[in-house]
Amino acid sequence: MTAGPLVLVIEDEAPMRRFLQAALDSHGFRVVEACSAQEGTALATSHNPDVILLDLGLPDLDGLELARRLRAWSATPIIVLSARGQEEDKVRALDAGADDYLTKPFGTRELMARIRVALRHREGAAEGAPSPVFETPRWSLDQACREVRVLGEPVHLTPNEYRLLATLVRHAGKVLTHQQLLKEVWGHAQAQPHYLRVYMAQLRHKLEEDPARPRDFLTEPGVGYRLRWP
Amino acid sequence: MAPERPDPDALLRKVQDEEARERRAKLKVFFGAAPGVGKTYAMLSEARERREQGLDVVVGVVETHGRGETAALAEGFEEVPKRELPYRGMFLKEFDLDAAIQRRPHLILMDELAHSNVQGSRHEKRWQDVLDLLDAGIDVYTTVNVQHMESLRDVVAQITGIVVQEKVPDTVLERADEVELVDLPPEDLLQRLREGKVYVPEQARHAIDRFFRKGNLLALRELALRQTAQSVDAQMRRYMASEGIQKTWAAGERLLVCVGPHPLSVRLVRATRRLAATLGASWIALYVETPRHLRYGEDDLARIEAHLRLAEQLGGETAVIEGGPAIGGDILAYAREHNVTKIVVGKPSRPRWRELVQGSLVDELIRDSGDIDVFVITGDPQADGARPILAPRPRSPWTHYAAAGLAVACASALSGLLFHRSELADIITLHVLAIVLVASRYGRGPSLLASALSVAAFDFLFVPPYYTFAVSDFRHVGTFGILLFTGWAISTLTERIRQQARLARSREQRTAALLRLSRELAAGADSLELVASAIRGVAAQFQAEAVVLLPDGQGRLKAVGTPPTAFLASDREVGVAQWVLEHGEPAGRGTETLPGGRATYFPLKAASGTVGVMGILPGHGTSWTDPDQRRLLEGFTSQTALAIERLELAGRHEEARRRMDEERLRTTLLSSVSHDLRTPLGTITGAASALLDPAGHLPPGTRQELLRSIQGEAQRMHRLVTNLLDITRLESGALEVRKAWTPVEELVGTALGRLEEVLSGHPVTVSLPPDLPLAPVDEVLMAQLLGNLLENAARHTPPGTPIEVRAWSTGTALTLVVADAGPGIVEGEEERIFEKLVRGSRHGDEPGSGLGLAICRAIADAHGGRIQAANRPQGGAQFLVTLPLDGLPPGPPPEPEEGAE
Repeated sequence: MTAGPLVLVIEDEAPMRRFLQAALDSHGFRVVEACSAQEGTALATSHNPDVILLDLGLPDLDGLELARRLRAWSATPIIVLSARGQEEDKVRALDAGADDYLTKPFGTRELMARIRVALRHREGAAEGAPSPVFETPRWSLDQACREVRVLGEPVHLTPNEYRLLATLVRHAGKVLTHQQLLKEVWGHAQAQPHYLRVYMAQLRHKLEEDPARPRDFLTEPGVGYRLRWP
Repeated sequence: MAPERPDPDALLRKVQDEEARERRAKLKVFFGAAPGVGKTYAMLSEARERREQGLDVVVGVVETHGRGETAALAEGFEEVPKRELPYRGMFLKEFDLDAAIQRRPHLILMDELAHSNVQGSRHEKRWQDVLDLLDAGIDVYTTVNVQHMESLRDVVAQITGIVVQEKVPDTVLERADEVELVDLPPEDLLQRLREGKVYVPEQARHAIDRFFRKGNLLALRELALRQTAQSVDAQMRRYMASEGIQKTWAAGERLLVCVGPHPLSVRLVRATRRLAATLGASWIALYVETPRHLRYGEDDLARIEAHLRLAEQLGGETAVIEGGPAIGGDILAYAREHNVTKIVVGKPSRPRWRELVQGSLVDELIRDSGDIDVFVITGDPQADGARPILAPRPRSPWTHYAAAGLAVACASALSGLLFHRSELADIITLHVLAIVLVASRYGRGPSLLASALSVAAFDFLFVPPYYTFAVSDFRHVGTFGILLFTGWAISTLTERIRQQARLARSREQRTAALLRLSRELAAGADSLELVASAIRGVAAQFQAEAVVLLPDGQGRLKAVGTPPTAFLASDREVGVAQWVLEHGEPAGRGTETLPGGRATYFPLKAASGTVGVMGILPGHGTSWTDPDQRRLLEGFTSQTALAIERLELAGRHEEARRRMDEERLRTTLLSSVSHDLRTPLGTITGAASALLDPAGHLPPGTRQELLRSIQGEAQRMHRLVTNLLDITRLESGALEVRKAWTPVEELVGTALGRLEEVLSGHPVTVSLPPDLPLAPVDEVLMAQLLGNLLENAARHTPPGTPIEVRAWSTGTALTLVVADAGPGIVEGEEERIFEKLVRGSRHGDEPGSGLGLAICRAIADAHGGRIQAANRPQGGAQFLVTLPLDGLPPGPPPEPEEGAE
């Protein structure tokens, strides 16, 4: 178990650190802890962790700024921990380079799911070639031949819908902000943000069983969208 | 006269009254000046609105009188079935009180409050039915005309000459929680009458024609306005009393003080005020305008006005009535009409002979006062120097005298022609005719001349010996005397009538101008509007430029509303205004103080002091020396002052109420929150300590259970804290609403996704039309609103019952509905459940924080929308969120249709 992935926890609240340590440890992760931005930076340099859990409210430096600095030299996935009602901060952190976020209070399950997604993307980036086929019980996307099937039947998508789907699939399980999606799909972030919502609605209608109760295409209110994974 | 304590019975009554008001249903009266002003229409319109809000509204009685618009409006209301009663061999339909009470609607419409029921009904009168309905807890809307008010019956009879049979006691109107005046200008009403839009029964057509005269309508309208103002005033006072803002007078005693131009009046007013205070009584200062009034000098008029103002400032009511030369009767009539119990009157020292000759007001009052006490306060003989000085009677121009001579000459010439064929009596009559004509056209002086000339002509021409002034038959001297006396009597009477007519005319103009202003002022919702209407009023009435200055927090005057007028540009002008504010006296041009100012500045005096200053720059040729103009202007300023004060008071009440509400809320919040936080904390602490106890041996099942309860309780605390933070942020306005065009489906999806666990026991159906437009909302807040509604529905309904989410758009508004099939909302709580910390008393309640729906309302408000709750006809509750749609977003540009290969 000592060979498990290394998680750096940068969090100033001792009880929270204790909880994270216990939860991560029991799931086979190794943990290093920092209670300030300074210490966190030092540990990130010296230990080269696989994932960083970063609390946004640190005493010595704005968590947002720290995420930006870390991202400047490290590709390590950063998961931001924040309180509810700070949607703007989350979006800023994500746009600044953080990979995902967790809203306090959160449970072990959510924590593990996020870390798993982050690790998978790290590995995927390292390997370089993502799997060409993405499958859910209901629909599948074959990027090699640009084919989408629902319950085995081919479904027609418009180019924008396809680009949106492909983007989500590429980042499956990870939250994508509106800005990120607009940039990926339209090539620039200046497109009207509600286009994105309209296309997302169309995608849901084509791929979801009940578009009013989406199973795969999840909304993160005020932040963006997330494709459920696994 | 021993000072009385406040009547304990009166206090008790007030308390009972208030208790009853809280418990009892609400009565709203639509009050009108005459038939045809649109009361029923107004009532139905409002009832319709209430019904659209989901209230259970039924029609008890609605008389549409075949008016199309009204009938159309009444359509679709459930009506309480009528009862048939035998009456003189036929059957008449009548409102069925018992059926209505059994039906138990929320609100019932009862047209024509003054209606007399058919014999055999439970009550004689409909208003008694209404009181029963109210006692049964049913809200009532009703309509009534001013002439049916019992206390106004005599006045109405005097004005219109029609004695109204059906009357309603004033207490019913006083019982009303709201009185709405349905007003229509007389011209419009007459127009409607001509167009046949007003219901007139055939047998009453003659009476009705007499009734619908413009003069009558004007007077009735004024009565109705006043009555409404009184009831609004009464409400205000009740409110002020309950807030401890101002002492109120207990009912019972009512004092009347008679004032005039005599300086003694000041003492009278003050004495009355003292007496009223000790008695705990209300009081009225009365001035009777007699024909003499027109001849008072400017100083006298100013003093009369000052006395009335003084009374107003001391908290009394004021009234000015018209009266004949013997004012005692008029005063007593007024006193009886207004339930006055004591009259205070002055006794200026006059020589005894004058009292013998002219009679004394005091004697007159005491003789006829009946059960009204009369207090006489004797004047200070020193003060007598300021007796009113009557202006000389207006002089007639010499042409009028010439015309008088000519008229007599004509009469004489005609008599000459007929002399041989007629009696002397005819000749006399002919001359009397000439005198009457002269008197009616040219007034007193010329008619007296005509009398003298007639006597002379008669003597000279028609009495032997002819063509001399000598008289042979002594009896003719008697004839001369009678002719002369007749001429004098006619001229005096005619003159009096002319004066009264003039007085009436000027009073009418004054009243009309003031009425106009007061109506405009009453409509003003803020000081800007109010000041604007005052300025408009002054400009229109006096052709003058006006400006209103109100003090700011530091007592410095600032012009309000209008762009600063030219004449106010200099500091000196503002200085004059400042002086006026501080001293409460007019100053500036045309006054004794600071006459160097360009404009004249008048204090705006209200009960609490000077609330502001009005500056007036008169146009060409206008001066304030005309006493009537001056009085009218003072009327304007005092009305404006009262309106400004009313606004300030209302603002202060609002502020006080808000603070009290906040305070109350804070207390409730604290106690509720501390309870709601402690309970889960207790569970968590207990469970944790049990788990940690080294001595305890817990079976694995129990350990698991304890751990689960720790988690559950922590989640509950989390919800509560989140709600608390949300409502605080929403209410403090710290939360920015970030609107974005969002599909409703996505909002619903987010909310449903978040509440998967809570909603697991309820089948949720979502029906959204495919063409539903994007909603301009803050998706975080709106998803939360929907989530709260869904959670609320799940929480308040038995497991397994369905929940529905629907939405539709009307093009200008988007409506979202969350409906359940639970036990519904307790009637009358539809609004209350949106208040903070109110937990709807629905069955099967689980404890909630009582904040969820308050948050929903705050979110809806922040979006400029509305949220309403109602019970569904098929059972269950539904919550409607209506959001304004302001245009539609641009659609995405079309894509090149290449398809996915």
